[in-house]
Amino acid sequence: MIMSKHTLSVMVENEPGVLSRVAGLFSGRGFNIYSLNVAPTLEKGVSLMTIVAEGDDNIIEQIVKQLRKLVPTIKVKDLTELKSVEREMVLLKVNAEDSKRAEILRIVDIFRCKVVDVSPDEVTIEVTGDEGKISALVNLLTRFGIKEIARTGYVAMQRSMQIDL
Amino acid sequence: MKLTGAQILLKCLEEEGVDVMFGFPGGAVIDIYDEIPNSSVEHILVRHEQGAIHAADGYARATGRVGVCLVTSGPGATNTVTGIATAYADSIPVVIFTGQVPRPLIGNDAFQEVDIVGITRPCTKHNYLVQDIKDLAETVKQAFYLARTGRPGPVLVDLPKDVQNQVFEFDYPETVEMRSYKPTKKPHVGQIRKVVKLLKKAKKPLFYTGGGVVTSGSHEELTWLGQNLNIPVTSTLMGLGAYPGDDDKFLGMLGMHGTYAANMAVAHCDLLLAVGARFDDRVTGKIDTFAPNATIVHIDVDPTSIQKNVSVDVPLVADCKSALSALVKEVKPTMDDFDWTKHTAGWVRKVKEWNETHPLTYNSDDKVIKPQYVVEKIYEITKGDAIIATEVGQNQMWAAQFYKYTKPNTLLTSGGLGTMGYGFPAAMGAQKAFPDKLVIDIAGDGSIQMCIQEMMTVVCNKLPVKIVILNNGYLGMVRQWQELFYEKNYCETCMDAQPDFVKLAEAYGAEGYRCTEKDKVESTLREAFASDKPCIVDIRVEKEENVYPMVPAGASLTEMLLV
Ligand SMILES: Cc1ncc(C[n+]2csc(CCOP(=O)(O)OP(=O)(O)O)c2C)c(N)n1
Repeated sequence: MIMSKHTLSVMVENEPGVLSRVAGLFSGRGFNIYSLNVAPTLEKGVSLMTIVAEGDDNIIEQIVKQLRKLVPTIKVKDLTELKSVEREMVLLKVNAEDSKRAEILRIVDIFRCKVVDVSPDEVTIEVTGDEGKISALVNLLTRFGIKEIARTGYVAMQRSMQIDL
Repeated sequence: MKLTGAQILLKCLEEEGVDVMFGFPGGAVIDIYDEIPNSSVEHILVRHEQGAIHAADGYARATGRVGVCLVTSGPGATNTVTGIATAYADSIPVVIFTGQVPRPLIGNDAFQEVDIVGITRPCTKHNYLVQDIKDLAETVKQAFYLARTGRPGPVLVDLPKDVQNQVFEFDYPETVEMRSYKPTKKPHVGQIRKVVKLLKKAKKPLFYTGGGVVTSGSHEELTWLGQNLNIPVTSTLMGLGAYPGDDDKFLGMLGMHGTYAANMAVAHCDLLLAVGARFDDRVTGKIDTFAPNATIVHIDVDPTSIQKNVSVDVPLVADCKSALSALVKEVKPTMDDFDWTKHTAGWVRKVKEWNETHPLTYNSDDKVIKPQYVVEKIYEITKGDAIIATEVGQNQMWAAQFYKYTKPNTLLTSGGLGTMGYGFPAAMGAQKAFPDKLVIDIAGDGSIQMCIQEMMTVVCNKLPVKIVILNNGYLGMVRQWQELFYEKNYCETCMDAQPDFVKLAEAYGAEGYRCTEKDKVESTLREAFASDKPCIVDIRVEKEENVYPMVPAGASLTEMLLV
């Protein structure tokens, strides 16, 4: 079967240990987490996790069921089956000597990202986007030398209108 | 009424109808122990915390109620981990209370501090650290509710010492509200109809039943279906007793040490009805050749069990009891115009033929005592009216094969985890629940030494558990593997250096019997069973006897080594 990445949106009770319960489920069963993101929602006591996991259909089915089985889990949605918006934020610290700086800034402009820190020979760029945009940017900046990268992992949300085109 | 945490805990237990708990004190739970004399909950002092958790588990398996265990922090808590994992693997409802260091010290490597909630996260259904006295009663309520509903399992509650001393108004909640926990129970009607359709079409249906039938208490429904629809039944180790073992449609256990008839039936059936069983690898053998010609229906309360190991044609997520009673209800109106008995008559005949040509057997011997013979004798003497606990190894398999379990909750055995040392303390828990029943631990000489210290507990508490050691001087099951698959390299499995079990029993104040001759087996067992004291019966059996049939690990069920 084909391995693929699935984005799971998992709503959980925001109680102590819930993150390690979820993470432990993955490590204990040998499932692969690509990224895991968690923060409180507007509803009191509820957190939303966005988990990107990799596996074939059987593995993903098990992951979803196992997540549902955890007592603090309120809801699990596999967004991969739905139209959804996925975003990741990345900070990139790039080599930027004077001769390269203009070109880097042009790229920042085209990609509509932001420069959030500058020094004589580096710039730090903040970019938000989906996987395609981020890997395109990373590709373009690699030749200048990316000194550091920090990624949040994905946050995702189902689109309001599930239109089949 | 304002009470301390310790008092609240005991009140909660009373509210839950807990009559007995098994435990061992220590600094972190001394406040609870201080209150035990004022409570109606009886406490049984074990000699090792592993004994407490297994006893609570045995109590739960024998009664169908929640077992309870209380231990101190640190080493007290970690000593229960094997027992918690044992209960988890077999979905047994137990609630474990552990003491914890005072809240200000948590995380500071305090004396006897251990993160037991972290340690037991993967082997409990759920666990709690009570951070505030105001949450205590509700947490206990939830713990019992979680332990016994849905797929049952162990739930641990960690209680910091200072919370035990805090004071708060006691108010036991009447209901449990957990927005995140809603176990599915009722079966989908459409799926039930589908199953009945399949049943009518199938010529060679087979029930494959597991522990879920026992835990959900659906043996009556299962028995009704097997008998009225004329469907043969095979069971996992955990499911033994759910269908009467002396019925002629019962094929015995399937899998690695399953009967010929059961394994052949699986290989040839055209409809497999898996109920409360989870397709464990000890059961399926090589998965690709498991029930190769069958449409598979899988009834289980736990959706994660469905589709995990085999692909299922009709999944049915429901409590076994409600699913089987829905099936009964659905087929009852058909009884008049559909001849169920005739429908499967040929298949039932075939299966019986397999049973007759290849029954469970062994080469009997007049001089040496065969372990199977001992188990047969135990069955004869008790007429099946006993609670049997087992240790793990060959003794366990012989106890499964040669004793007929006619009622549910009469076999206590560590199926999923295979925990040596389980049987004796579990028997102790069952004996506490049923003081007048004959409770027998069928043991190996290796396993019995793992929790032998509970001899003192059974003697003190007048729990007349009978331990029958099938003493082969080996870690027999491992030796069997070494013999068959490792060219008889009996590395570290010879256990002939052993205590004098008779003296050992006597040293504890119990009775000891030894038997070395075949014609004394019956009389010795009778004498021990008639005694009102706990007994060890040390029976010297054939040293290199093997468990057959055997499907080598990873082979197909039809590739059985026979006697
Ligand atoms: C706690 C634990 N340790 C190790 C094992 C591995 N094991 C499985 S069966 C067995 C041999 C058991 O020997 P004994 O209790 O003498 O029983 P027999 O097989 O001889 O009947 C062992 C060591 C286990 N199941 N549990």
